[in-house]
Amino acid sequence: MSMEYSVPIYWRNRVNYYKLIGGRCKKCGRVFFPPQSRCPYCSSDNVEPVSLPRIGRLLSYTVSYNPPEGYKLQTPLIIGLIDLGETRIIAQLTDVSLEEISEGIEVEAVVRKIREDRTAGLIHYGYKFRPVISH
Amino acid sequence: MTRNVAIVGTGHSKFGNRHDVNMPELAWEAIKQAIDEAGIEQKDVEFVSFSNVGGWSSEGLASVVSLEYAGLTGAGLYRVEAACSSGSAAIKAAHDAIASGEADIAMAIGLEKMNESPTPTVIEFIGRAGNFFWEFQNFGLTFPGYYALYATAYMAKHGATEEDLCKVAVKNHYYASLNPKAHFPIPITVEKCMKSRYIAWPLKLYDCSPITDGAAAVVLASEEVAKKLTDSPVWIESIGVSSGTSNLSRRDDFLHLEAGTLAADRAYKKAGLSRDDIVKHVDVAEVHDCFTIAEILAYEDLGFAKRGEGYKLIRDQETYKGGKIPVNLSGGLKAKGHPLGATGISMAVDLSRQLQGRVEKERQADIKVGRALAHNIGGTGHYAYVTLYSLSKPRR
Repeated sequence: MSMEYSVPIYWRNRVNYYKLIGGRCKKCGRVFFPPQSRCPYCSSDNVEPVSLPRIGRLLSYTVSYNPPEGYKLQTPLIIGLIDLGETRIIAQLTDVSLEEISEGIEVEAVVRKIREDRTAGLIHYGYKFRPVISH
Repeated sequence: MTRNVAIVGTGHSKFGNRHDVNMPELAWEAIKQAIDEAGIEQKDVEFVSFSNVGGWSSEGLASVVSLEYAGLTGAGLYRVEAACSSGSAAIKAAHDAIASGEADIAMAIGLEKMNESPTPTVIEFIGRAGNFFWEFQNFGLTFPGYYALYATAYMAKHGATEEDLCKVAVKNHYYASLNPKAHFPIPITVEKCMKSRYIAWPLKLYDCSPITDGAAAVVLASEEVAKKLTDSPVWIESIGVSSGTSNLSRRDDFLHLEAGTLAADRAYKKAGLSRDDIVKHVDVAEVHDCFTIAEILAYEDLGFAKRGEGYKLIRDQETYKGGKIPVNLSGGLKAKGHPLGATGISMAVDLSRQLQGRVEKERQADIKVGRALAHNIGGTGHYAYVTLYSLSKPRR
């Protein structure tokens, strides 16, 4: 990152870096992502966190040759839009060559290094998706 | 109360890397032209809506600084932000001030000076134009990356190719070469575009609009005042507005922009038009081609082409002058440049001049029905504005 953000931004979201958590509405039953305290479908405040499936299908992707500061060492960065059934998610793809990628492949979530802090050199971890190797 | 509103003066700075001027100087280039064209004095302007996204430029209150420089201090003022469609939002705000009876003469002024920050800072700012935590900060997705997700999905579904995308760039660079106000008035070939480096696959350098400095301004007037000021007013016939989710993961599909489609339908409905035969009722359009794929999506969202067939319009050169519906004869965001806050107003300026038959001859559209369309998207379909401009006074 070329810009610094305040610590609470990271702290507030710390759980979401490592787990795939969405929300489920106890009133209408629908699942949504990202999680929020109000159901985006029926406006109910009666929602609970829910674990999302770790396996999904790649809907679309891009290969970024000009990513922001903090991601430069990983260039080119592959970013996918992934269908998790009831919800979709955007995430980096990892452990994959450009030749192996196409719309529709099955992908699974793993924990990986996301980026390095510019000044302190801290390593930020989080989820990425890789092609499913075996069932 | 609702009253007719007309554009009675237009101004447009040279777009480009404008290290030769500061922010108010750049704004003044456009403001002076607009005021002179309208034949008014600064004291006549009752209200100004000023579009500037800012953040990357020196002035925190660019609107106030620019009004002081231009001698407009004292007019009612606020800054308007709707990302890349801020200019269209500013026009709507000034329009509404007049339509409601609050003002008789108002201005919409757009200014953006993006080159006052280093490029990585600008990339980061634009990358945050979506959902900060869930789609930018965690994944390093850049703004071209958002549109690239649409391009990949569109190409996979409909069979469009990277060459088709490049053909949009070739057209818009061609028209920019005829527009002295353009940032890149240089023609390119499909081959040159295809050989340019990838920014976010499948989008290459020549698929992307540049980081540009520029300003544009319009003077708007009520019907009564417009009649006194000019014999050739350009009426704001209708404005359709909509918005989309910040998270792209919450969009229904990646083949169209729902906000753009909704904004078009709302604008058409107010004007008594239908998307089914809209091309017969519009002489010329400026659409939001921040990336080449965005122009193809716009063809479909506006009803210029059926779903899945937008790329055929550019393949068949139907969006050139003389074609089914000429699009971006100014050079578009792609080659005229995209100074965010100025873009929507730049569209209004160029379309007004198109309707009045006073742009450079080689890029002047044939004006038959006397109507032009501006399609201005903020972010990746986060905001959407479709505005119809007409030589005929709207019926109320």
